[in-house]
Amino acid sequence: MRASERRERVIQVSAARAWEVVGRPEVLHHWFPGIVDCTVDGATRTITTGVGLSLSEDILTNDSLQRRFQYRISGGLFKEHLATIDVIELTDESCLVTYASDADPATMAIVLGGASAAALAELADQLERGSGPALDAVAAFAGAVR
Amino acid sequence: MGRKILFITTDQQRYDTLGCNGATYGRTPVVDGLAAQGIRYERAVPQSVVCMPSRSTMLTGQHPSTHGVWMNGVALPVDAPSVAAELHRVGYRTALVGKPHFEPFLDPFGRFTENGLATAGTPTAQSRWQDGTIGPHRGFDHLEFATHTPMGALHYARWMMAEHPEALGGFYAVLDNDLEVNAAGGGATGAPQLKDNPVAREWYHTDWVADRTIAWLDGLAADDDWFAWMSFPDPHHPWDPPSSELGRVDPKDVPLPAGYPESASERERILDGKPRHWRLWYDGTLVSNYEAPTKWVPAHLTPEQLCEVNARNAVEVELIDEAIGRVLAAVAARGWDDDLDVIFTTDHGELGGDFGLLFKGPYHVDGLMRLPLIWRPAPSAAVAPATVTAPVGLVDLAPTFCQIADLAPTDWMEGQALPVDDDDAAGRGMERVITEWDSALMGVAVHLRTITRDDWVCTTYRPGTVHDGTEGELYSLVDDPLQQVNLWDDPAVQSVRDELVTDLHDHLMAERTPRLPVEAPV
Repeated sequence: MRASERRERVIQVSAARAWEVVGRPEVLHHWFPGIVDCTVDGATRTITTGVGLSLSEDILTNDSLQRRFQYRISGGLFKEHLATIDVIELTDESCLVTYASDADPATMAIVLGGASAAALAELADQLERGSGPALDAVAAFAGAVR
Repeated sequence: MGRKILFITTDQQRYDTLGCNGATYGRTPVVDGLAAQGIRYERAVPQSVVCMPSRSTMLTGQHPSTHGVWMNGVALPVDAPSVAAELHRVGYRTALVGKPHFEPFLDPFGRFTENGLATAGTPTAQSRWQDGTIGPHRGFDHLEFATHTPMGALHYARWMMAEHPEALGGFYAVLDNDLEVNAAGGGATGAPQLKDNPVAREWYHTDWVADRTIAWLDGLAADDDWFAWMSFPDPHHPWDPPSSELGRVDPKDVPLPAGYPESASERERILDGKPRHWRLWYDGTLVSNYEAPTKWVPAHLTPEQLCEVNARNAVEVELIDEAIGRVLAAVAARGWDDDLDVIFTTDHGELGGDFGLLFKGPYHVDGLMRLPLIWRPAPSAAVAPATVTAPVGLVDLAPTFCQIADLAPTDWMEGQALPVDDDDAAGRGMERVITEWDSALMGVAVHLRTITRDDWVCTTYRPGTVHDGTEGELYSLVDDPLQQVNLWDDPAVQSVRDELVTDLHDHLMAERTPRLPVEAPV
């Protein structure tokens, strides 16, 4: 059985600012509690969870125009998975970030839903404070590009 | 030197599984002995009929609306109030050995402290208490955890994987390949959640919990005051006790429960008198909560399966009773018995075949709501043995622990210390208990509020997936002890119903806002 879970959060920063973090797949472990490491190789991201579980993810969409990021966890406990993060502009200084998890088994959708809610809370905290490891990591990438 | 407290909990144990409460099979001489020396409660009611909210009530002395753990899978905040912290603050040594379940077990990200303590190699975690001070995790300076399976991240599982890996496969797989509660059958009848388990008795979690409790007690100084919460995972399903012990209770000697009408049409008639979700679950049309196997249809339960389940349940209860006896003997050997208070209870009951149902869910009837509760006060306190018929709640445990330790209850506790007899209960106005159910999972929402008072049980429903909010249940515990006749719409008792509903609404706790998030199904 499959299930679809969605979590959302209004964050008091511009959509462009939030997308700077969300659109950087390499920095996920800096704002997703329970993910302790992640590496990106082309369209594949490998994450390691707090219990040492390693999961391979296919990055499907990283669209800075729509501000939509999608990935699929392949293998492991999943018969099916699709995660979608959308950053939606509300005002010049606020945005809505949604994090949807579709999964079979349904149980994993619920577990991912809980974890993604914690991730959105952490993302909002760092963005609204204007500091934190995810922002530092994004800045480091920007510096490296310059 | 003060009184010591041994707080014993089981998981999902029915009231009628103890000899002192009328069990006709399975022997519980140790707990029966405690009841004979102490106080036996005939109407102990949980504030929730599932594990996490109910256990959170035990620890915090609060209703689910207040502590915020409104369904399984919602984590109790790490800075939630804790009676263990209060005891620790005044010098008590504190331990929790066995099943905790204040945080979700399904935790692939390792986000929750409970699941990390065994790996961290330390029994404590630095966490801020509710008043901002720093101390042991949830007020316990010793934590050793177990649950129903030898798999996973808890201490018992790690011990089994390290010491007895050959025995792991003998246990029932709690979840199936879809990570849902397993419906696979076993034993002689193919009953769900049942398996012959060749594990040695001394490796089974019941004995492990007792062994580790004794080991902790052995490390205490003679003049220490202590609070030990010994939390057995059984007799919660799966029913997979060591096969060597199955001969204790022959399923052929187990009678069908009084609450199990043998006629299918009679079961259906009774269920049709209750709100819709009862019959829908029975028929396999709607599974409204995660705690029962999704793929199991209650209507398919046979009398033979039911007797086998209840026989194995009784075996698990016997093993717990004997384990308690070993711990009490260890306490006595230390010379502590005269100052020892023992409280025995469980977090919620088990449907156990009532109405043709097993497991648990949003069903506020005696199978789930009438709990075994025994308090054997320290002999030095010279409290007369008694039977209490007044309703009491698990919310009353935390103030009781404070009273034993000569502490005033804190202002965040919502119950009162358990009465020592019915006069005591009447004198302190202990006349009602509130029970809550909320669940919202996989598109199905159910919300119940129940009052137990004056030998009535009255349940109101809020709007949900299959309820419009006008439904209800009303049972006379005197005239209908099996809760088979729903009087909610009976004009003859409308005034009783209205009075109970008003009293219920007058005594509901304000609901915590914002609502805490669901982190996992369990």
